Amino acid sequence: MQRVGTQDAHSGGGQGGLGGASLADVTDDLPSIGQVVETMAFRAGFNTNMVIAGTTLLGLAAGVIGVFALLRKRSLMTDALSHATLPGIALAFLAAGWLGFEGRTLPVLLLGATVTGVIGVLCIQAILRFSRLHEDAAIGIVLSVFFGAGIVGLSYIQANAAAGSAGLNKFIYGQAATMQPPDVMLMGAIALAGIVATLLFLKEFALVCFNDAFAKVDGWPVGIIDLVMMGLVVIVTVAGLQAVGLILVVAMLIIPAVAARFWTERLWLLVVIAGVIGGSSGYLGSVVSALLPRKPAGAVIVLSSGAIFIISLVAAPARGVIASTVRRLRLRFRIAGDHLLERAHELASPALDRSEVDRLSDVRGWSRPFRSLLLASLRKRRLIERGVRGAVTVSQAGLDRGARVARNHALWEQYLVAYADIAPSHVDWSVDQVEHVLSDQLVRDLERQLAARGITIPGERPERQAAPA
Amino acid sequence: MSSVVHPPQPAPVGLSERPEHSAESPLSIHAMTVAYHRKPVLWDVDYDAPANRLVAIVGPNGAGKSTLIKACMGLVPRASGQVEFWGESYRKARSRVGYVPQRESVDWDFPVSALDVVCMGRYRRIGWCRPVSRKHKDAALACMDRVGMAGYANRQISQLSGGQQQRVFLARALAQEADLYFMDEPFAGVDAATEHAIVEVLRALKNSGKTVIVVHHDLQTVPEYFDDVILLNMRVVASGSVREVFTKDNLHKTYGGRLTLLSEAAEAIARASAGEV
Repeated sequence: MQRVGTQDAHSGGGQGGLGGASLADVTDDLPSIGQVVETMAFRAGFNTNMVIAGTTLLGLAAGVIGVFALLRKRSLMTDALSHATLPGIALAFLAAGWLGFEGRTLPVLLLGATVTGVIGVLCIQAILRFSRLHEDAAIGIVLSVFFGAGIVGLSYIQANAAAGSAGLNKFIYGQAATMQPPDVMLMGAIALAGIVATLLFLKEFALVCFNDAFAKVDGWPVGIIDLVMMGLVVIVTVAGLQAVGLILVVAMLIIPAVAARFWTERLWLLVVIAGVIGGSSGYLGSVVSALLPRKPAGAVIVLSSGAIFIISLVAAPARGVIASTVRRLRLRFRIAGDHLLERAHELASPALDRSEVDRLSDVRGWSRPFRSLLLASLRKRRLIERGVRGAVTVSQAGLDRGARVARNHALWEQYLVAYADIAPSHVDWSVDQVEHVLSDQLVRDLERQLAARGITIPGERPERQAAPA
Repeated sequence: MSSVVHPPQPAPVGLSERPEHSAESPLSIHAMTVAYHRKPVLWDVDYDAPANRLVAIVGPNGAGKSTLIKACMGLVPRASGQVEFWGESYRKARSRVGYVPQRESVDWDFPVSALDVVCMGRYRRIGWCRPVSRKHKDAALACMDRVGMAGYANRQISQLSGGQQQRVFLARALAQEADLYFMDEPFAGVDAATEHAIVEVLRALKNSGKTVIVVHHDLQTVPEYFDDVILLNMRVVASGSVREVFTKDNLHKTYGGRLTLLSEAAEAIARASAGEV
């Protein structure tokens, strides 16, 4: 297997600084468009293709497995785990040197990383169990102490100028482009195994993530299932160290899952979408890294999945910020509009003059811009007609709606009076808010219930009214 | 206490010194003590659940009601004591035990549908690494139907009301097809329709020979819904049939001097005796 030390040619001789690829090093030539297309289409040579394929696979695996780290609420623990791998890398390097065998190969270093990573997680569990510290504090302690120990180990190795020591830096920031085919194959194999295992245990993982107490009572070995889940996180983290670096590998696990959560309410879709997001950011990251070998792939991977996250946060149809803001505004306009129409109904007059609208704005706290938008939306829904100088004329449809709102209001009040004793959780719902959201079905239920007590509300049946806008 | 007939066969090994435990009792708790952070929560609990009864566990807040059933199922460690199910260890009897956890104990913003949750009750039968087959989905749907939730199978669980979520949990327990059920506060904060659905299910379970042990907070409904009651306040104050045990005196011992609760209890007792005559 390739010795780590022999890969230094590309790393810019990063002695001294932490990063093999110093962040200040901006001397890369920009690639031509032809090079970009060639690299993206897997026509840039065997090694590069291997790296791109391997990193894509790794991103896919991390996305898939990250879903369960997220659902099990282990996101931060994953970060502690990746930082805790550093002392293991340093120790494995030193131990291999002391023992005098030719062991400074990737598998040996990754084995060391795995051991201290797992020890780090166990330390968190031990702190939680034997002290009264909370998880965030325990994670903070373990993460920083292990990382500090790793830095001490690395600087000791570098101070003694051990052969090949400079290559260790790539584990911090990651450098996909300088990976050799055997390393890539190891990474790809681990990623593939992780994906297969996750798909195999999908049902068991979901059960434990959703309700571990039930799983335990139902006879499932929750401890072992948890161990397998955490083990998958460990192997993906360790496999990703060389390509992405230990600081950012957590992002490969968590960001795709978080971003995917905005798009779906189904677990298997969540797994698929997270895998696609993870895989495509892994692909992008390694392509950029191949074109600009001195740019750390990890950062590019994280930035591309971060961009997908932001798009998801803002634009996702059901859970995104835009969608929920629109929904909230629409409801607000509808309620405000109903108040206006109800007022017209109460006054038994379609014409509301300016002072009446002003008074209503005062009572309801409508700002001037809100009020003009409100009137515009009511006009658009043909519930009011254009009035002169701030006055408003309510259309017949508007009056009907006002009547219905007033009637619902009365129904709900009656219901609270008659049934408050058996619907205590509903009493604090403001009558004023609820009347606007009563469905026709609920209105019929209310009528039936109240009729059973001999209470009837005058007014038209809702079925004969226009459907709510 | 319970009037279970002792079986003629000898008690299992290790039980000879406790002849009162019966292999026919679905749940036997002997000298169980549970402690959190070295502070005892349950003291020396002894209880034999009679078969085919609806049992309420009642007691004030912090009395250890949930802890009692969790300790029985091994969800919280016992400091001492034994628990047996039909005379066997929990490990052996586990497949006959169903569980409805507290609704608040899970994150309902989990990306699954109501049917997915109910299907979890079938996982034990499905086994490792196999997907949920049509047959098990149909069984889960039938359980949803029994709690009046068949129309909500594909609803994402966060879009259900609290009562509907509770009914999903109940359907999942039904899907387990157990003989003994533990339910942790199934009536807490639910609407009237859900309360009615739960009561119907409890009665159906009793009619098919099951035993249900329910942590319950509403003293008023105890006589109406349950056959037996365990009055608990860190220790078992009294247990047995509602008619014999659910007395003002016992409630006073359980709840101490809390007057509001006492008057509530007195009212419940009055209603119970009126109903039972």
